[in-house]
Amino acid sequence: MATTETAGTEAPGAPHEAAFPPFDPGTFSSTLVWLALTFGALYFIMKRVALPRVEGILQTRGDKIRGDLGAAFKMREEANQAAAAYEKTLAEAKAGSQALAQETRTRVKTEQDAKRKALESELNEKLMTAETLIADKKASAMASVGQIANEAASAIVQHITGKPADMTAIAAAIAAAKV
Amino acid sequence: MAAEQGIDPIHQFRIEPIIPIHIGGLDLSFTNSSLFMVIVLGLACALMILGTSGNALVPGKIQSAAEMSYEFVGNMIKQTAGTEGMRFFPFVFALFMFVIFSNIVGLVPYSFAVTSQIVVTFALAILVIAVVIIYGVMRHGTHFLKLFVPSGVSPLLLPFIVLIEVISFVARPISLSVRLFANMLAGHITLKVFGAFVASLLGAGAFAVIAPLPLAMTVILTGFELLVAVLQAYVFAILTCVYLNDAIHPGH
Repeated sequence: MATTETAGTEAPGAPHEAAFPPFDPGTFSSTLVWLALTFGALYFIMKRVALPRVEGILQTRGDKIRGDLGAAFKMREEANQAAAAYEKTLAEAKAGSQALAQETRTRVKTEQDAKRKALESELNEKLMTAETLIADKKASAMASVGQIANEAASAIVQHITGKPADMTAIAAAIAAAKV
Repeated sequence: MAAEQGIDPIHQFRIEPIIPIHIGGLDLSFTNSSLFMVIVLGLACALMILGTSGNALVPGKIQSAAEMSYEFVGNMIKQTAGTEGMRFFPFVFALFMFVIFSNIVGLVPYSFAVTSQIVVTFALAILVIAVVIIYGVMRHGTHFLKLFVPSGVSPLLLPFIVLIEVISFVARPISLSVRLFANMLAGHITLKVFGAFVASLLGAGAFAVIAPLPLAMTVILTGFELLVAVLQAYVFAILTCVYLNDAIHPGH
């Protein structure tokens, strides 16, 4: 090392009592040798042990930070994708349910319409038969009304007059009253 | 160690052997200066290695400090010397750590500021310039000399410009080392002078009343010196980057 070569040029004289200590050449040789030893040791320890270790620590930390940041970004991306997928599924489900509801509603409506129509026509039919029945009954009733009136009138007349009534006069009178 | 010399503000820079070692006529003693270099080495390693031993994904306090130092120096190099300058990252980082820990440890009372020794700062500056020259020549060969020849200068002025560039290049290790050394030396002397002033006022009878004034000054200066300690380490490191940038990209 360059530090030691100046050591030989200095006179290894006796201690100079009067000399200003930093300029006392008597101490130069020992100072320089110990400086060379300690500084050389410091240099090699720093170079071989300390600095690679600190570099390793900083490297590891830098890698860790970069890795964690990368993982965080990736996770955020995944979360965004999951959110998008969820939104999509939700929208699809909504659309599906709406379509299903609509379909069901129309199906139910057509079924009910059909049922209602069938029921209505059945009822109409029954109504019609009932009406015809009523009309028949009424007609037959009305037909027998004359006979009942005849009989009632002849009985009344017989009771009042005490002799059998004139059936033709009664029939004429009833026909007159009927109208 | 300051107590025996009383108020001598220079005594704190004295280098005293702790374990005398002499090899081949050279004095290689383990001194207080060496001790604090080892302490600086230990503290820097503790911060960077023990602090990061947890290897935590979320850093604790010490690991944060280690990571901040790493990124601070790394950004400094990238901004001044570009990404190519990152090949000098361990070198600049070691320099920055060594200087900043020396400066801060030196502020602790009764400790020793390694960077208040001109020989230390000059050796570090020479090391920087040596790396610049060796790398520049290895990378660019003679093209590296273009560093001294700015483009777009009229031929008439060129010799003077080249002369100035050479002088400024030669002055670099001097300015780099003297800046750090002088800042630390002056700061420590000032602190010591004010501290000693407190002590002598306390021992001067009635004048002890005004002793809090220099004490307050010492407190303020200590905060200021902390700023200088960090700032000078930064300046040393960033100038190293600027010079290394010259080696990577010679020719303005």
